[in-house]
Amino acid sequence: MSAVTGTRVRRPDRATASWRWSDRLGLGLAWLLGLLFCAIAAAIVVYFLLEGIRYLRPSLLVTNPAAASSESQTGGFLDPLLGTLIIGTMSMAIAVPVGVGIAVWLSEFGRPTALARVAESAIEMMAGEPSVVLALFGLSLFGLGALGFLSQTTNGVVLGQSFFAAAALLSLVGLPLVVASTREGLQAIPSHVREASYAVGKTKIATTRRVLLPAARPSVITGTMLGLGRVISDTAIVLLLLGGTLTFQAANSTPLLGLLRGTGDTLTGYIYYNAPTGDGNQPSKAYAAAFVLMLFVLALNLGVDFVVSRSRKAITWK
Amino acid sequence: MEMRKPPPVRRLSGSELPSLAASNGNGHHSGTVISAPRPPSARDTAVAIDRMDVEELSVAYGTKPAVKAVSLPIRQGEVLALIGPSGCGKTTLLRSLNRLTELTRGASLSGRIALDGVDIATMDPTALRRRVTMVFQQPNPFPMSVFDNVAYVLREQAKRRPRRAAVRGEVHDALARAGLLDEVADNLDHPALRLSGGQQQRLCIARALAANPEVLLLDEPCSALDPISTKLIEDLIIKLRDDVAVVIVTHNLQQAHRVADYVAFMYLGELVEYGSARRMFGSPREQRTKEYVSGAFG
Repeated sequence: MSAVTGTRVRRPDRATASWRWSDRLGLGLAWLLGLLFCAIAAAIVVYFLLEGIRYLRPSLLVTNPAAASSESQTGGFLDPLLGTLIIGTMSMAIAVPVGVGIAVWLSEFGRPTALARVAESAIEMMAGEPSVVLALFGLSLFGLGALGFLSQTTNGVVLGQSFFAAAALLSLVGLPLVVASTREGLQAIPSHVREASYAVGKTKIATTRRVLLPAARPSVITGTMLGLGRVISDTAIVLLLLGGTLTFQAANSTPLLGLLRGTGDTLTGYIYYNAPTGDGNQPSKAYAAAFVLMLFVLALNLGVDFVVSRSRKAITWK
Repeated sequence: MEMRKPPPVRRLSGSELPSLAASNGNGHHSGTVISAPRPPSARDTAVAIDRMDVEELSVAYGTKPAVKAVSLPIRQGEVLALIGPSGCGKTTLLRSLNRLTELTRGASLSGRIALDGVDIATMDPTALRRRVTMVFQQPNPFPMSVFDNVAYVLREQAKRRPRRAAVRGEVHDALARAGLLDEVADNLDHPALRLSGGQQQRLCIARALAANPEVLLLDEPCSALDPISTKLIEDLIIKLRDDVAVVIVTHNLQQAHRVADYVAFMYLGELVEYGSARRMFGSPREQRTKEYVSGAFG
């Protein structure tokens, strides 16, 4: 910086001195609202942080919910915690490949145009669908006799509740975020990069696999994390389609399949049950579980920020 | 590579040698570090081989004509520069040489382009594009390592990917031909997008050379680069012309003057004049060429 003495540099914040009073009022309001929202977000985090530290004991993470009259005997939330992990993994295992496929098709092929339009609005509609409505649909779908192998059948009636059913419907909750983010990532790749691949004799498939998808990988990861955040925070589908049974109720004794065909719970279902207005009414357990869930979601959001900021530097064309 | 019928060979006479003395390099470029570095003896030994033949080529986007009935030869041993103001169709002409135009919706093409006597319309586009490769205006390495950028071209699709060791020699070779090997030899595994703009563009040239093409198309390859990188690439183009037919689209008349042996001047989709660089810059026949090369418009 040049050291010019005696010259007052006009700093940007001084610029408001010449503003009209209405503009200054607007600026003040904008600041006030911005700070208000920061305060609300901070209040939620701090509140659950304090409650979480107060109530979260390591034993809660390794014991299962149990029926008892005293709160000290009702156990922890091991199964709901595992349930959240299982549901998250299963849902994204469906949503990511399907979502990436749809995004590639919409962005790179998009023919026939009419079908692409329809697919686009279908995904938008799915993103706006209340998850309880999806859950209701899922119940009737997985209650069909033909899909009985994915849940349990008692006296010839298909229950329609299982990890498979819940994960299938929750993948629809995560799907739109994966599609939107991947598509955005693909569209951000300049067309001359595609042409550079065609111009050395590569097919569209090879270009998509070897150039476009690697270039869009940060967007795929971002979409996956955002989708996962949605999936693990959903409650309605868990209660209706997973049973909300607090502990795993395996359909039979087959090691993994029996568990996945059976019912269970996730952290959200556990919180719902133990909330002061819920059937369990054990607020201390609910706060502890909510704290753990909040940590998951915060970690996912921080992960998104990290991936986005890193990829912005790594994958850009001059 | 399969055998082809031997191409017609002809020697250029020494009088067609574009000399430095004929330079009319006016404007801000004169007196800078960029000088015409061509060794005057290079032309005497050069052999020109006909590679491509463009006959009555017309290209239109929808109803808008972009190239109108252009005919010209493309020869190995020479650098052909396509010059002309923006929107004159020179990039479209270049992109029809490797059938990239057909990727644009609504583009239609008539006329004939032959590569070593074979109509390119009858060829498989991926096979054609391995023989006629292209470098773009913006450096566009793929988001992978320097090594993989070149190896990507060598790995044919639909077959098992060859091991790294199997393509190492060819990768090094291509990088060396593009004059980049010495700079990147120690970090072949670094992401290509971390290279400088000039290095990226030479990597793109290496990539285009890795397929061992007969024709190299360059679409304003230096317009995004600094003068020093530009000079490196221009030197490279001159070195490459003996092994591969080079066609360069450029906005920069001084650049055309520095690198080209033949120049085609296009205006509003038409080929106004085609001739040796010396004649095109020294004594153009057409009035419009005269005005354009003297800077009256464009």
